[in-house]
Amino acid sequence: MEDNKPQVIKITFDGIEVEVEPGTTIMQAARRIAEADSSQHHLVPPAMCYYEPLKGSGGKCRACLVKVAQGSAKDTRPMPKLVPSCITQVQDGMVVENVTNPAVLEERKGIVEFLLLNHPLDCPVCDQAGECHLQDFAFEHGSAKTRYEEERRTFEKQDIGPYVQLHMTRCILCYRCVYTADQITDKRVHGVLGRGDAAEIGTYIEKAIDNDFSGNVIDVCPVGALTDKTYRFKNRVWFSKPVDAHCQCDKCSGRVTLWYRGEEVIRVTARKNEWGEVKEFICNTCRFEKKKTSDWVIEGPTKVQRSSVISANKYRADVIKKPDFALKLAASQYKPIDDSRPYITDDQTIRELSIENNNKANQRSLAEKN
Amino acid sequence: MAIKILTEHSHIPGIETFDVYRKNGGYTALEKAIKTMSPEEVVEEAKKSGVRGRGGAGFPMGMKWGFLAKPEGVPRYLVCNADESEPGTFKDHYLMKTIPHLLIEGMIISSYALGANKSFIYVRGELMYVIQILEKAIAEATANGLLGNNILGSGYDLELVVQPGGGAYICGEETALLESLEGKRGNPRNKPPFPAVKGLYQSPTVVNNVESIANMAWIINHGGEAYASVGIGRSTGTKLISASGHIKKPGVYEIELGLSVEEFMNSDEYCGGIRDGHHLKALVAGGSSVPIIPAHLVYKTANGEDRLMSYESLSDGGFATGTMLGSGGFIVFDETACIVRNTWNFSRFYHHESCGQCSPCREGTGWMEKVLHRLEHGHGSMHDIDLLVDVAKKIEGNTICPLGDAAAWPVASAIRHFREEFEWHVSHPKEATLPGAVYKGAAVLA
Amino acid sequence: MTEIPTTSAFTPERLAKVKEIIARYPEGRQKSALLPVLHLAQEQWGWLSSEVMDQVAELLSIEPIEVYEVATFYTMFHLQPVGKHVIEYCRTGPCCLMGAEGVYDHLQARLGIKTGQTTPDGLFTLKEVECLAACGWGPVFQIREKYYMNLTNEKVDSILDELSK
Repeated sequence: MEDNKPQVIKITFDGIEVEVEPGTTIMQAARRIAEADSSQHHLVPPAMCYYEPLKGSGGKCRACLVKVAQGSAKDTRPMPKLVPSCITQVQDGMVVENVTNPAVLEERKGIVEFLLLNHPLDCPVCDQAGECHLQDFAFEHGSAKTRYEEERRTFEKQDIGPYVQLHMTRCILCYRCVYTADQITDKRVHGVLGRGDAAEIGTYIEKAIDNDFSGNVIDVCPVGALTDKTYRFKNRVWFSKPVDAHCQCDKCSGRVTLWYRGEEVIRVTARKNEWGEVKEFICNTCRFEKKKTSDWVIEGPTKVQRSSVISANKYRADVIKKPDFALKLAASQYKPIDDSRPYITDDQTIRELSIENNNKANQRSLAEKN
Repeated sequence: MAIKILTEHSHIPGIETFDVYRKNGGYTALEKAIKTMSPEEVVEEAKKSGVRGRGGAGFPMGMKWGFLAKPEGVPRYLVCNADESEPGTFKDHYLMKTIPHLLIEGMIISSYALGANKSFIYVRGELMYVIQILEKAIAEATANGLLGNNILGSGYDLELVVQPGGGAYICGEETALLESLEGKRGNPRNKPPFPAVKGLYQSPTVVNNVESIANMAWIINHGGEAYASVGIGRSTGTKLISASGHIKKPGVYEIELGLSVEEFMNSDEYCGGIRDGHHLKALVAGGSSVPIIPAHLVYKTANGEDRLMSYESLSDGGFATGTMLGSGGFIVFDETACIVRNTWNFSRFYHHESCGQCSPCREGTGWMEKVLHRLEHGHGSMHDIDLLVDVAKKIEGNTICPLGDAAAWPVASAIRHFREEFEWHVSHPKEATLPGAVYKGAAVLA
Repeated sequence: MTEIPTTSAFTPERLAKVKEIIARYPEGRQKSALLPVLHLAQEQWGWLSSEVMDQVAELLSIEPIEVYEVATFYTMFHLQPVGKHVIEYCRTGPCCLMGAEGVYDHLQARLGIKTGQTTPDGLFTLKEVECLAACGWGPVFQIREKYYMNLTNEKVDSILDELSK
């Protein structure tokens, strides 16, 4: 069986064909398309919880749900529900609809709304503004208005250790910082406490998150929930100049991005790729204690995405155009899903349902043959 | 007398003890299976019986067993889902406390069939007294050589562990249950991989409901075909129905699938009818998660056919005019019940029980509860009603596990069938918020 | 009520039980013992203080945060001191159809406390819970492992009288 598996899998994503290795997820396949052709960057599903370098991340925020219009070349049926592209592996001949499917865009609008229900709408006073993934996500996929009239949950700001501040009010429970602590640091002292919308990131009893790699939770946080206390409110990110640099470090790779205001290094972060992900996590010494240019060997300006607020004032409509999903208009004509579709309940899973449907179809064709 | 597969002996005093259970034919199925049948033959009987998952999904148990991966050298697990927490459902509670050995016998037979040497019964933590009953039954079975090493000289070993939950409805979802059993938060897993491939401790695992497994003793004694001859169509066998609400005789009843809803509701053998002087207004047929249906769709489907207690008949009409058998939580509402209040109550339940892992459910369940609370307390607007429908739609189908759907359906169906009642709460806030106030315009059955 | 210091250790009997519970699971899967051991701890101390949870973490060779995460997820665990009898009252739909809301009002009035509070004498703590899987026998509450069913105002009074003795 194993030997017959194709070495290269071909899928169609929003009408674009791409070849990827078996085991690739839909999200990764989309990223490969954009990496090959930067004009397709807008096609990549948004990721609020998924973080490729962190094992087990993804599947939670539902921001990246896509429609699988054809499961594979062998089984051409569509998948009954939208699937999270970040954790769904591609099959040969799979056809995926992302921004070409109005239902996907409509659902994505819903996810923005859900994530913003309990998130303060105060970007002007938030330190993360300009490099906030939720801000980007809302800008690209959300509505200008909220329908939520109830109270939002709020928390006091909390210092966890000398360097990191937790403002739980802004947290969207992506679990990235938990995975980071599990996988990057030697001991996890924080986690998700409570449940439902009362769940929060915390240490339970006041405990400093204190080990050599704890600062990485700041870089993985998609919003302004975990921030660098040595940098907070020193500067707007779009007024800062990022420069790649490195140093000899016996704890980490020493490869970082320095953020300058004039001649002053105001922040040190790990380097992020175009998906906002850190591949090489850095130690706290590099991050918090080397704030002089003389600590570093400068490599040159950090390559910043054209569409990023850091290189252009993204949130001014006259400068950068909001992504135009051709079918966004069509979304208004999208018909609600028929109420009479089969139910998936309790522990019945998509797979089981498909098998059940398959059996039904087999029985039908058998009956026809007889 | 209707056929009783599970509760035939439940009225016998002392049936919870090994001796009385044994005297009444208990553990003969286990002897038959282990001494005369191969594991594959047991699986075959389960398949032939057509018995469907009794926890709510109704997926054929034999087929589920067939999916179990069997890699060499990797242990396999059977986990019994006894985390019964669906509002309106208390059949497993009844079965386990009344006739615990039926479940133990079913567990041993099923574990043998699946090749599991360690099996778990995950019981909701609130039922600590039932856990004690089960542990006593396990000790008795072990003392009599029916559990432990070399059962009945067959060379087959099985250890049975009763695991308590800690108070979380979500652990009734099979992957959340497995997480919980591993000592973690009850966060459902993303699927695939499915438990049949990677379940407990990343090993192939089958998770079955109490009632499903308890059927195995009868199935082995009488054969899968005999079981399949009971019931109607693909709804084979009997089903335990937990009846509650405004009826004369609430309780747990075993019915042959295919019994008419009207007979179940009104016969003295079962619910005994709506309480005196009152009239049927609505029914939740399968636990709080399934769509609520109004009186005129309870005894007849939209096509005018008799509505039967079966998977197919209850879901006849889809979501427009039908509902589901679900876990068999039969909740009856008479004209004194306020649908808005009940919907808010159910919504509060799902809000409270959401694990909080995925955003539509974490945020959406709370939103719906708050809007419904507003409507119920006279502060709602007409716009809120449409908002609820839209929020429900945005949750449904988009969550990691079915709790999202379970939270959305009761709201969507209540508004579908009782919209006027919601509107009355908006248009008559003063009247609607008087203690015990109920909208008088809803149609009831005389 | 007499408070047991939360810094005290598990009793030898319970410690033996913990060992027995851990042995139920495959090697290296001792974390599975977490829920049963937390129940055992709550049985001894009445509630779960951070010191008690730290003890549990050590017994199971896991990090304390893993215990906090779990203890705060499941509603049966009390993370604050509670009264001698914790009344866990079902507030879900089917019980409400049987008049649970009225009986609950009576219970609160009778005890003079609201949900989440403890009577000044430390005898009763009141907690609202979701469905207890006893819908046909509602209204229902439970105190420890015991279920009290088909409750009425009168029945509540006699139960409280009995427990107050």
